[in-house]
Amino acid sequence: MRIRFVMGEVWNGLRRNLTMTFALIITIAVSLSLLGAGLLVRQQVTQMKGYWFDKVEVSVFLCTKNSQELSCTGAASAEQKAVLATELDEMKPLVQDVYFETAEEAHERFQAQFAGSPIADSATPADLGESFRVKLSDPDRYSVITSAFDGKPGVERVDDQKQVLDKLFRLLDGLQAIALGIALAMLVVTVLLVGNTMRLAAFSRRRETGIMRLVGASKFYIQLPFLLESVVAALFGAVIAVSALVGMKVVLIDRFLEPSFQFTPFVGWDSVWQTSVVLIALGVGLAALAAVITLRRYLRV
Amino acid sequence: MIRFDNVTKLYKNQHSPALRDVNVEIERGEFVFLVGPSGSGKSTFLRLCLKEDKATSGTVWVAGKDVGKLPSWRVPQLRRQLGTVFQDFRLLPNKTVAQNVAFALEVIGKPRSHIRRVVPEVLEMVGLEDKMQRMPGELSGGEQQRVAIARAFVNKPNILIADEPTGNLDPNTSIGIMKLLDRINRTGTTVMMATHDAQIVDQVRKRVVELADGIVVRDQARGVYGYAH
Repeated sequence: MRIRFVMGEVWNGLRRNLTMTFALIITIAVSLSLLGAGLLVRQQVTQMKGYWFDKVEVSVFLCTKNSQELSCTGAASAEQKAVLATELDEMKPLVQDVYFETAEEAHERFQAQFAGSPIADSATPADLGESFRVKLSDPDRYSVITSAFDGKPGVERVDDQKQVLDKLFRLLDGLQAIALGIALAMLVVTVLLVGNTMRLAAFSRRRETGIMRLVGASKFYIQLPFLLESVVAALFGAVIAVSALVGMKVVLIDRFLEPSFQFTPFVGWDSVWQTSVVLIALGVGLAALAAVITLRRYLRV
Repeated sequence: MIRFDNVTKLYKNQHSPALRDVNVEIERGEFVFLVGPSGSGKSTFLRLCLKEDKATSGTVWVAGKDVGKLPSWRVPQLRRQLGTVFQDFRLLPNKTVAQNVAFALEVIGKPRSHIRRVVPEVLEMVGLEDKMQRMPGELSGGEQQRVAIARAFVNKPNILIADEPTGNLDPNTSIGIMKLLDRINRTGTTVMMATHDAQIVDQVRKRVVELADGIVVRDQARGVYGYAH
């Protein structure tokens, strides 16, 4: 095994096929970047789901004196509230926690949320009304609460935050599916391109490989330079893709998104490094696999 | 050294076989001409020795091994015992003479010190010691064939297979190449040479195996070329 000889062959091969090498590196870089972005978005969504679903509540809003609903006859009475509280209590363990928000608390929260806006000044505690804030052990089963309390005497309406979040997450899921779909298509293109490049390289060096065969070079020795070429190109491409991920994390997340959305947890560096390892392994693995399959067909030994 | 036992080779999509029931035995150290018109099966004969192709039936023995039963990973080992020379030289145009010869050793993983020692030796033997740093394109046809022979011989093969080595050369140059092959033969290397060159065969008077339509029609110990052409 003569490492210097093999390395020389690899270097010559890459240099002689420079344009194809560049095409290979760029394609690998783009497809791996897309894949990396998709994987990060996926982790981001998972993380956000965990964070938000932990906080979502079902709100049972009680009638105020202005309510128009059929179930309302003026503001909810003390008896109605007591009945509702008992019923909620009976629904354990699905109902994990119940918090009664008074009209004053709702008003305060409203003022804080819309501070500086004219709406905040015009609203009074009586407009906002009281509510039961119900925390569920399983947020997906909110419909049980909705059907049990919607239309009950004293209940104006039942609001589920998860429904709102679900729309957001459906959007994010869709985006992530598109990114992963494109990445997958790009990976297929990459594999085909690696195969084609290897075929070209094998053809342009058929003189050398023919002589190698005749003088009794082993299959390993003949194919190794080609294999290493595609692996080196894949490694370059993967490094570019990892740089792109790091760039996304630094610019998009750390500098731009994180200051603007303070209550949202964003993916950390550990996710970035994990994804990077996946990208490098996948890039190199796929390139090597594509090369081996092509060489088996076009480099008869 | 080489033995063909009832060897038949039928290529795919062809009606008549390239070799039919061929029986030939070549002893260690022999010099054998393989003659016959184009398409008579000479190249097929040589390709079977190198395991470039597999016999349809019969057994090909090379250096004591049944070539047909050799697993593909053992084929390089077989080829290391066989030197090969072709009509078209098959040199690498972007490497010097010395690098061309060294290439044959590099790709089978020989150590650098060994290569540095044997490459000048073999180039001296073929008479090119003063042209080691030239490119093949700067050499005459005869000199290029000497480089090819040096490359085939540098690993000290047991058998040298030459497929029309003088096919592209003028008669005088051809005689030089023949002398070189004869010298290689005298070192104990079995030489098998396919040729069209009647003059050389008649002059050298070595064993002649003649093929016609895939059949051995003559096997003569000190033969002449001897068919109308």
